[in-house]
Amino acid sequence: MNPFQYEQSLEVDSSVDRVSRAPEATFLAGGTGLLDLMKLGVETPAVLVDVRRLPLAQIQELPDGGVRLGALARNSDVAQHPLVRERYPMLSQALLAGASGQIRNMATVGGNLMQRTRCAYFRDTATPCNKREPGSGCSALEGINRGHAVLGVSEACIATHPSDMCVPLAALGATVRVKGPQGERAIPFADFHLLPGNTPHRETALEHGALVLSVDVPALPAARHSLYLKARDRASYAFALASVAAVLELEGGRIRQARLALGGVGTRPWRASGAEQKLAGQAPSPEVFQAAAKAALEGASPRAHNGFKVELAQRLIVRALTRLGGRS
Amino acid sequence: MSSKIIGRPMDRVDGKLKVTGKAQYAAEYNPPGMAYAVIVQSTVPRGTVLRMQTSEAERAPGVLAVLTPRNTPKLPGADKFSAVPVLPRLTAMQDSEVLYNGQPIALVVADTFERATYAASRVRTTYVEKAASLKLEAGLERSEPALGNFGMPPPGHTRGDAAAALAAAPVRVEASYRTPTEHHNPMEPHASIAVWDDPEHLTLYDSNQGVFFMRQFLSLLFGLPPDNVRVISRYVGGGFGCKALPWPHQIMSIMAAKVVGRPVKLVLTRQQMFSLVGYRPQTLQKVELGASAQGKLTAIRHTGYSETSELDAFTEPFVNVSNMLYACPNVATSQRVVRLSASTPTFMRAPGEAPGTFAFESAMDELAHALKRDPLELRRLNHADKDPEHGKPWSSKSLLECYRWCAERFGWQRRSLQPRSMRDGDALIGWGMATATFPAFRMQASALARVMADGTAVVQCGAADLGTGAYTVFTQLAAETLGMSPEKVRMEMGDTVLPPGGLAGGSSTTATASPAIRSASNEVRRKLVQLAVADKESPLHGLAEKDIVVEDGRLSSSQDTARGETFAQLLTRQKLTHVEGKGDAAPDPAEQKFSSHAFGSHFVEVRVDEALGTVRVSRIVTAMGAGRILNPKTARSQIQGGVIFGLGMALTEETLRDPRLGRVMTADFAEYHVPVHADVPDIDVHFVEEHDPHVNPLGIKGIGEIGTTGIAAAVANAVFHATGKRVRELPITLDKLL
Amino acid sequence: MTDSKQPLSDGSAPAEASSPEAPEGTTRREFIATATVGSALLLEACRHAPPVEGPPPGTAPAELEVTFKVNGQLQTLKVDPRTSLLDALRERLGLTGTKKGCDHGQCGACTVLVDGRRELSCLSLAVMHQGAEVSTVEGLAQGDTLHPLQQAFIEQDALQCGYCTSGQLMSAVGLMSEPCGASDDDVREAMSGNLCRCSAYPNIIAAIQQVRRLPKL
Repeated sequence: MNPFQYEQSLEVDSSVDRVSRAPEATFLAGGTGLLDLMKLGVETPAVLVDVRRLPLAQIQELPDGGVRLGALARNSDVAQHPLVRERYPMLSQALLAGASGQIRNMATVGGNLMQRTRCAYFRDTATPCNKREPGSGCSALEGINRGHAVLGVSEACIATHPSDMCVPLAALGATVRVKGPQGERAIPFADFHLLPGNTPHRETALEHGALVLSVDVPALPAARHSLYLKARDRASYAFALASVAAVLELEGGRIRQARLALGGVGTRPWRASGAEQKLAGQAPSPEVFQAAAKAALEGASPRAHNGFKVELAQRLIVRALTRLGGRS
Repeated sequence: MSSKIIGRPMDRVDGKLKVTGKAQYAAEYNPPGMAYAVIVQSTVPRGTVLRMQTSEAERAPGVLAVLTPRNTPKLPGADKFSAVPVLPRLTAMQDSEVLYNGQPIALVVADTFERATYAASRVRTTYVEKAASLKLEAGLERSEPALGNFGMPPPGHTRGDAAAALAAAPVRVEASYRTPTEHHNPMEPHASIAVWDDPEHLTLYDSNQGVFFMRQFLSLLFGLPPDNVRVISRYVGGGFGCKALPWPHQIMSIMAAKVVGRPVKLVLTRQQMFSLVGYRPQTLQKVELGASAQGKLTAIRHTGYSETSELDAFTEPFVNVSNMLYACPNVATSQRVVRLSASTPTFMRAPGEAPGTFAFESAMDELAHALKRDPLELRRLNHADKDPEHGKPWSSKSLLECYRWCAERFGWQRRSLQPRSMRDGDALIGWGMATATFPAFRMQASALARVMADGTAVVQCGAADLGTGAYTVFTQLAAETLGMSPEKVRMEMGDTVLPPGGLAGGSSTTATASPAIRSASNEVRRKLVQLAVADKESPLHGLAEKDIVVEDGRLSSSQDTARGETFAQLLTRQKLTHVEGKGDAAPDPAEQKFSSHAFGSHFVEVRVDEALGTVRVSRIVTAMGAGRILNPKTARSQIQGGVIFGLGMALTEETLRDPRLGRVMTADFAEYHVPVHADVPDIDVHFVEEHDPHVNPLGIKGIGEIGTTGIAAAVANAVFHATGKRVRELPITLDKLL
Repeated sequence: MTDSKQPLSDGSAPAEASSPEAPEGTTRREFIATATVGSALLLEACRHAPPVEGPPPGTAPAELEVTFKVNGQLQTLKVDPRTSLLDALRERLGLTGTKKGCDHGQCGACTVLVDGRRELSCLSLAVMHQGAEVSTVEGLAQGDTLHPLQQAFIEQDALQCGYCTSGQLMSAVGLMSEPCGASDDDVREAMSGNLCRCSAYPNIIAAIQQVRRLPKL
């Protein structure tokens, strides 16, 4: 690990100020992602500003019936919180499907948003990787790519976004509140994570020094009836090969609205808006679900080893929709 | 032998030390002045190191030395090993050749772990790259005949005329199977702490499977008399084969300690364990079976390839199970190896038998399906009543009883022949079975037993307990033989100051050391009896030796047990600090008149999510006929652990190398999936009682590896039964069932 | 759990006014690292600390002092900031009961309790634990009396090589105060962050369930 200066911060403004002034500085929260990557030499910050004592760990109801997840709320606390369990069961399920009990006790909401890909080439500094070293090339394109993304990929990068938590948040259309050097702003979840394009090293809309304050989850009564499903290589403690967060609201035998997002298959948490549109207004049926699933994977661009994800994700979508509402 | 202690389910004697965190593993010694070493590895698969920039590393805070091929001391005995197949030819920076990606090319030593790790990241290397061989399939044409590991005969066997019999067989199956590269991944990373006590005397704290084997190697390599080298490995955090042979890190820690003049600790990272300490090589196997219409095997042909390195010619001897598992008059098996630009493979739990039984026992299931016969019936029909390979009688064999017990316990008679015939909601249910087998053998060992004046005993044997329970069963054996309570007996292992034990390999630890421990303990017991009857002050004075009973640390008259005295009373009166006995044991040529194998069977239920392809094993019933079981509690754990090791092989484990870089890209626990709690159901393990008078004096066969044989096939067969899909490439991941 | 009674923070605390003086003889960096927790007074003082310039590139970090409790005992260490909590326990405090199996949060062998919750000591820095209470396997037994889980592990033969055992135990201790269903499958899922290559898994589950079913005192 490279040497660094360690500082603790107790106040949001000075933390933001501190990091924005030093290009080599970064925030440290749960540490489960950052320290892992520092040990690998992938992350090499010269200054670590430990923000864990900032007052950002609350989980609270918002006036409109939504819920605010403080950036420093631990994954396990969010997953077990009555507001989350009642209003967004898929969010609780997604969190509990991620990592392990120990990691969930450490990892934070903000850290989860900022977590970086598990691409083995990204994690191995001896191999070319555009995300880690812009312009060096993408080893995964012709390498081992079984775990890689099929949606949102570019010729520069096919790295999968690994988060479980972000999948329901994408489906819910959450808002990320951040504080940057220019002040506070709210970023729609869909705009928070960037597609790799030609700049896979740029992963979020955050400018350097900006700190996530909270994720605000909007009120969505239909989400009380929601589901997160995850397919992986072991029964537990593995990243998703594909996952789906789904909300299905039925009214008078028709789908009033649907929310769908995918994990494990996209270069960012993948909202399947096209599929949602296919579902809206339809009477639930296996054919409708299959058509939606197909729409969700439209434009998928698999490589040598990850073609199965296209089929797997579709089957997960159908499974989730069927469980939520359809009789098939 | 009466059995008050042996054969009882005694708690593990090292349990308390381990649950309190007090058992000391190799990396947990702290000699004064200890420095830390970190290995730098190559980043190309084949080439020559042209230039290494080490100045930044050398200038980094706390750095004591940077060793590279340029300045690494030459090893006096390095050339002694290049000719021995299956000792990993040294890649301890003796030259600048790079033969695989991840090869050690430098070592950085610093005063702290953090500083050594950082400095190691600052070494910059330039290579002249050469063409590398990276793909097994691409190397088949230049494959070489497989050699035997360690002087064992090459794998393969011919009897009868398999080709003719296959051509004539009314029923035939032919299929190709593939097993991937797999890594042992014991939880404890390999670790060495090297201490030069003086320029001629070395102590190595090391995590290994045999301290004497390690010492022999190191003394030759460093040109030291064996007595000048002490190797200590008291607690080992798992081995499974990858801690049997020496690897570069032991050598490098010793060289570094010499160079910096301080003790040096070198612990491999988990990532490094994927390129520095061996693996199970991938195999490509072809099995052809011919049978009569009734299902009698008439021909077996089993051939294939495994990968090895350019350094060494390790062979995964997978065809050998096909030589002996069933009665069949016509058999032809052979193997070849393909050298790749890869690190050297090594023994991994049931080497040969694990991948071999996957292919062969899958093929048997395919034959049963072709014959429309029950797979269990097919195996019973082809049961080998004697060793078909060597024509010898079995020393003992309880396979039919294993089948019977498992079938009954599992409810096998309710199984429908038809695949895809059982379902529960989204899950297809399948039942599969397979035979397990592993040979029994033993090596030489010595032991020393001492009863002390305080009434306790110390028993010593330089064998290894990798978590197998050896400490416990040896304590039981010694306690019973000495006539003492096990709580009073302390077993000492894993140190070259003790009498030589064997290598914890080939499931032989217990069979190897037990006779020596028993003979040492018997000698002590005899001496105690003789002392007592000859001692005028003993209440037992004048009695015949045969009339003395020894129990619970006390000698007494068999006629009147009230008449007697404790060991402590006897020794105290005699002013003796202790009474000592020594025992030596070696294989008896008479044992060669028999073929000795453990046999068993696994019956498995899987639930396959039809839409998603995920396989969950929901039930396992395993029976073993494995000779005398000294401790059913620890033995059950061994078999259970072996079975789960096989579940990983069946469902989740696969090492992948980049096709162009030859670099292992699954080099951690997030990418290389060993089973977790949630993958594992309860496992019903049963030992068939077996009294084997021929295998060795105590009737012990060994149980460390057999659990891992057959299980992958049983799972694959169950998956076929559930889905109708035959998966011939491990692991059976969901993408293969979509 | 988080406290939902606290007022909603909008994150816009008042800009800091003036800076307090660091104690004599300490650099500001040391001051912050050593003074933040454990004393509400100092904590308050630090709240208004001004930003400082980044370090000159390439400088080795000074050792930082950190004080935390391990198994109830106050420990003060000067550590390289890069030192993980795991390495601080093993290499500096001689508490080698906590194991390093992967050093990347993928095996659970390094599990300890931090302020009562199970965490991975390999994925946190020692300096992050100023004022924390850390519990390791060495602190489980009360003198010669083993913790019920330790006893159950021995009785159920829930260990073989022993290297994952400390982590399994500490994870199980942490689990006891987490919401977890009653079934074996619930415990299997909750314990899946702790690998055991010897695969004592069924026996570990049996040991944990044995203790969970004990009548609560």
